[in-house]
Amino acid sequence: MAASETILSVRDLRVRFRTLDGAVEAVKGINIHINAGETVAVVGESGSGKSQTMMAAMSLLASNGEATGSVDYRGRNLLTLSKSELNKVRGAKISMIFQEPMTSLDPLYSIGNQLIEPIRRHRGLGAAEAHEEALKLLRLVHIPDPERRMKSYPHEMSGGQRQRVMIAMALANDPDILIADEPTTALDVTIQAQILMLLAELQRKLGMAIVFITHDLGIVRRFADRVYVMRQGEVVEEGEAEAIFVNPQHAYTKMLLAAEPTGRKAAPPANAPVLLEGRNVEVTFRIGGGFLAGEPLMLRAVDHISIRLQRNQTIGIVGESGSGKSTLGRALLRLLPSDGLIRFGDRDISTADRQAMRPLRREMQLVFQDPFGSLSPRMTVGQVVTEGLLVHEPNLSGKQRDQRAVEALREVGLDPNARNRYPHEFSGGQRQRIAIARAMILKPKLVVLDEPTSALDRSVQKQIVELLRKLQTDHELSYLFISHDLSVVRAMADYIIVMKQGKIVEEGPTEAIFSNPQHVYTQTLMAAAIDVTRFRLSA
Amino acid sequence: MLRYVFRRLLTAIPTLFVIVTMAFFLMRVAPGGPFNQERGLSPEIRANLEAQFGLNDPLWLQFVHYLGNLLRGNFGPSYNMPDFTVTELFAKGLPISVQLGASALILALLLGSVLGTIAALNQNKVGDYTVIALATAGSTIPTFVIAPVIQLLFGLTWKLLPIGGWGDGAFINKVGPVLTLALPQIAIVARLMRGSMIESLRSHHIRTARALGLSDWSVVVKHALRGAILPIVSFTGPAAAALLTGSVIVETIFSIPGVGRYFVDAALNRDYTLVMGTVVVIAIFTIVFNLIVDVMYAVVDPRVRYD
Repeated sequence: MAASETILSVRDLRVRFRTLDGAVEAVKGINIHINAGETVAVVGESGSGKSQTMMAAMSLLASNGEATGSVDYRGRNLLTLSKSELNKVRGAKISMIFQEPMTSLDPLYSIGNQLIEPIRRHRGLGAAEAHEEALKLLRLVHIPDPERRMKSYPHEMSGGQRQRVMIAMALANDPDILIADEPTTALDVTIQAQILMLLAELQRKLGMAIVFITHDLGIVRRFADRVYVMRQGEVVEEGEAEAIFVNPQHAYTKMLLAAEPTGRKAAPPANAPVLLEGRNVEVTFRIGGGFLAGEPLMLRAVDHISIRLQRNQTIGIVGESGSGKSTLGRALLRLLPSDGLIRFGDRDISTADRQAMRPLRREMQLVFQDPFGSLSPRMTVGQVVTEGLLVHEPNLSGKQRDQRAVEALREVGLDPNARNRYPHEFSGGQRQRIAIARAMILKPKLVVLDEPTSALDRSVQKQIVELLRKLQTDHELSYLFISHDLSVVRAMADYIIVMKQGKIVEEGPTEAIFSNPQHVYTQTLMAAAIDVTRFRLSA
Repeated sequence: MLRYVFRRLLTAIPTLFVIVTMAFFLMRVAPGGPFNQERGLSPEIRANLEAQFGLNDPLWLQFVHYLGNLLRGNFGPSYNMPDFTVTELFAKGLPISVQLGASALILALLLGSVLGTIAALNQNKVGDYTVIALATAGSTIPTFVIAPVIQLLFGLTWKLLPIGGWGDGAFINKVGPVLTLALPQIAIVARLMRGSMIESLRSHHIRTARALGLSDWSVVVKHALRGAILPIVSFTGPAAAALLTGSVIVETIFSIPGVGRYFVDAALNRDYTLVMGTVVVIAIFTIVFNLIVDVMYAVVDPRVRYD
């Protein structure tokens, strides 16, 4: 790209947080510059300081954080500007969108109200003019029926639409720089692709520079002109995007590039015994209704689904949020009331109640997505891991339970001493290992894995995938692997079910699905997730 | 929304019925009766009195009679103050208690919210610690200590306020009791407000508002405060019901002819009808204020919808 003017330059930026354990340095003296109209990606895993760098530039650090060094925007150091001067830059010249479209808009005000506020503030327009401007912006980001949407509240819109609104707010005052902090991470893959294409289109139209803060190398490859790779508060590598992908220099960059889960799972022999079978399983939720409230709305979350899981098999259940994949997993474990036939081993459990299910529970375990919410913060890791033993093997002595905890933790690759510590002392990946140990200690036959890697960094994901595959081989486990992440599913599952709106739209052996997807929806999913062609080559 | 309010009012009927039934029978389980304490009472007079008030009928019949009267809005005569019906006692005392309670509540909500917000904006700084210290003091010092101290300082030493009495509702007579009622509530509101404001200020949409370069006033008042107000709204329901139905301590210490004293006096004297009347009034206040809170919720938060 043509050498153009540098509009933002970050020099020797350090960000420190005062904590109870002393000062923590999140960013350790980095240099970054942004040229007009270019697309720069700041890449790194969680804790690399990539977000804090930009938060510091925008003076959005948490109250215990402080930044030193300089962030020059067109010759003025943002770090030393007075608040009122700074507020003339923020939201006008430099604006920002965030990872959490669900919570980044104020839930108590209408979309129109929130769009109009920054327009009026920065441009001093009257109410009517600002209203017109807001409508124009909603059209610009392709929100259908903008007049009506002006009156909508955030909770009435989907995640993708909210992110479009965020983008509209950020672009309201024609900024020089748009900072996008993981703008698509919380969205479904097809929506991710739409948002990214929208950003590319807007950049072509409006010509602002975009800074992508991301852990997703796919985005970097498709979008960025230049890349900064960050790790533990330092920039370890920088350069043209193409060069970094073709010829990475730093070991960490190489590791990031190689972190996509690899390997394939072979199908079990055709005559392997069937462990879990569901026939015409249906789950219906009642919404509303009751005394004087009229008829309830019936929502069919799982609609006539049949599934057969053999020993040592992994079935990947793929779909976007709201497709019913998690509900199906819970229904098959009889954690939710459902219609249809469910067999576990040679038992019909379609109508089994809690009590009848209890002895079977040890053979069917569940691992959840959220490694932070699914472990009780008030129990030691040892207590968390051995709790199931109290129910299912009540005769064990305390010593025997402790021994089992040691074995289980060792098996998932954790130091057995971890059992005397509390979950908050561990990272996301370690916590997910603890959750897996909690399931494995009961020696189950079936494990339902509900997005077990979605909250983790790529490199950690890869390790967890490898761990799960090893456990499967060692114990002849059967997995139901629920995920929206196709690359992980591909590495884990030998059979795939694609769900949409409670129904199976396509199913088959993994390689068949990946090499030749039949249904339009599957093709869309694949294209959104796998396609690495660039949306835009630098102008 | 109207339909929701109507439905809630309908469900209040069985609720009230259960409360009245339980209060009626629990009261009768307690030993003694309204005419036991009067030692000089000869057995004949006592029998006459009990016959007059129907206390000799089987319990279920008394209950049916009471319910029948209640449905016609008749709370019955007071046993210990035979010159008055319960309705008359409330007609005289309730407006006084409501005036004091409402003033204290409004004062507490305004002052408490402001203090709580100041604390939140200065989290872990001097302003914050000052408010927390005051709030802790306010909620731990009992009313029966605050009231005499106010009387002593403002009444006796500085002669700014009357020591007690209602004075036909003169403003100056209300200051002491309202302050006493409000202080603990100010403390509670301030602490609630501080907590929810801190949370609100940390939320993602506040970060968005700052990133958009909005003014501090807009960020704090328009965006953070409105989100933080919800816990205060929930608190206001039960607090209003409690404050508006009078406080036995404050009314006794300041010699205020409100209804707060009735509950305790009546319970001790086994004044069945007056106890029942108080229970019904408090229950109705509680139900109505909880309904108002739920409606306010929907007004403040567009995500809350009832239909």
